[in-house]
Amino acid sequence: MSATQNRHPAMVLGKYAALAFYLIFALFPLYWLLKIGLTPDELIYSEGTRLFPSEVTFSNFTTVIFQTDFVAYFRNSLVVSLGAAFFTTLFAAGAGYAFSRFVFKGKRIVIAIMLVTQMFPLLMIIAPIYKIVAELGLLNSLISLIVVYTAFNIPFATFLMQSFFDGIPKDLEDAAMMDGCSRFQALCKVVFPLTLPGLGATLGFVFTAAWSELLFALMLISKNDAMTFPVGLLTFVSKFSVDWGQMMAAGVLALIPSCLFFIFIQRYLVQGLTSGAVKG
Amino acid sequence: MARIELRDVAKRYGSVEVLRNIDLEIQDGEFIVLVGPSGCGKSTLLRMVAGLEPISSGEFLIDGERMNDVRPRDRDIAMVFQSYALYPHMDVARNMGFSMEIRKDPVAERKSKVAQAARTLGLTNLTDRLPKALSGGQRQRVAMGRAIIRDPRAFLFDEPLSNLDAALRVEMRLEIARLHQQLSATMIYVTHDQVEALTLADRIVVLNGGDIQQVGSPLELYERPANKFVAQFIGSPTMNVVPVVGTETGVTAGNGTEIKLQDELRTAQAKELGVRPEHIDVVDNGTGDLSAVADVVEHLGSDTNIYVNVEGIGSMMVRKHGNIPVKPGERLGLRIQTENAHLFAKDGTALRRVA
Repeated sequence: MSATQNRHPAMVLGKYAALAFYLIFALFPLYWLLKIGLTPDELIYSEGTRLFPSEVTFSNFTTVIFQTDFVAYFRNSLVVSLGAAFFTTLFAAGAGYAFSRFVFKGKRIVIAIMLVTQMFPLLMIIAPIYKIVAELGLLNSLISLIVVYTAFNIPFATFLMQSFFDGIPKDLEDAAMMDGCSRFQALCKVVFPLTLPGLGATLGFVFTAAWSELLFALMLISKNDAMTFPVGLLTFVSKFSVDWGQMMAAGVLALIPSCLFFIFIQRYLVQGLTSGAVKG
Repeated sequence: MARIELRDVAKRYGSVEVLRNIDLEIQDGEFIVLVGPSGCGKSTLLRMVAGLEPISSGEFLIDGERMNDVRPRDRDIAMVFQSYALYPHMDVARNMGFSMEIRKDPVAERKSKVAQAARTLGLTNLTDRLPKALSGGQRQRVAMGRAIIRDPRAFLFDEPLSNLDAALRVEMRLEIARLHQQLSATMIYVTHDQVEALTLADRIVVLNGGDIQQVGSPLELYERPANKFVAQFIGSPTMNVVPVVGTETGVTAGNGTEIKLQDELRTAQAKELGVRPEHIDVVDNGTGDLSAVADVVEHLGSDTNIYVNVEGIGSMMVRKHGNIPVKPGERLGLRIQTENAHLFAKDGTALRRVA
């Protein structure tokens, strides 16, 4: 610690300059998103590259909220993302626990197959997935998206959860069982509370992945009332023009749930990702 | 309280047999220590008693009742783990009262029992702390509190002191001994530390390579080890063992020195002679059974450890009470207290003298 205090002022300055540069670099697109959302339509092309617009308006936001189907898209996305996050985490937690704690026949094979599913580009399986979903009569339903997202995220989420379970000493469960718990009680009362960071990390990971997924949503959903937000965003692009102001306003609004979600789980996430990293 | 019996118990992982022919009867209130080098199966045996490892074959009984397939929670046995295994998200009071919480005992009863256990173990001021805010010794106490609060039929300890520093280990060892006197409960204690074994046990079970080598009181193991392994494992510093040839009058060591033994010890089967460091006397050079050169001398105040080289035999160790003025490089004579010597056959079995 004392080493950092004795650093040369130029070093300190340089460090902060580097951090500031990185922050500006990373946050600039977000700023631009907000800026264009706040710029009145008529000024977008005339002063589009100015750092600060000469006039600010919320009309893009009100239009998006009250005059488009944005709220419906938003709700659909929320349903899909929360659904996918919930089911993925549920299954991944179960599978991760089994991989971490039990010895069973074919464990290596199952793990290998799960890895294999992660090796193919999604484009390769679009057609078969479409066919399966169509035959099940699930096109244009949110359920199809929840199922597909859950299926695709489970392998990675399982490995993530497994590393969290690996980080919880087996002795704790043994102690709980000696204290009178059944295995399931030990899981609920001892392991589960300690896995909250892992669950938070997994939930956050799947939620954001599902929230921003476009490819499958575009392919499986064509009806307006079942569109998720990324697909809905494309409706702002018409054949002859792009409604930049409204599109950006919608984008800003779409960031809100992700931000809220991460603020909510941030404490667990930081804890979780680090502990997972050390143990994994 | 409970009488525990193991009848021809074995443990196999696939084709690998890690424990075999374990026959052991533990009396009500007895303090049994399982001791052996790492990998000897002692912890596995303890976990089988706890119900955390399935028993591959044989019978396990508590008070005459077969318990092989009874779940850990229904065996009514408490266990203290090497890692303490305190629940990190619960405070000390909840950690200790967890078993009662699971059994849905009345809250008032739980509170009073926790308070009582906390008092016994000197934890009263710490009951609202989380385990991470405790020192190693305090965590150890909480782990013990968690065990005693249940008033179980038997206590199991899995190397409970090995994560503590030396001073604390001695203190906690005393505390465990005191606890045993207070509760007079059946206790099974696993350790690789023979000092813990010798100080705590009513009877010690020495395990090696999955077999019981010997069962007996600390003094029995020290005075009449059943084989070379027990002889060298029990007692510190380790027993000197030198290859010999049994003769009509005693034994002949590798360098041709003859050592005369009592009648009952003479046997042609003898292949090795075992003498504890404290059973060798230092005498003037040229007298005694062996002549040696002092190599390293350790003055411990109460004792003097002398590492010597004996020509044609190799290095040996001598421990004498008090301060012995020997210097490294000095020539000495060694006299073996043959009444305390041990002889081992080719397979390591002790050749018993009549006790």
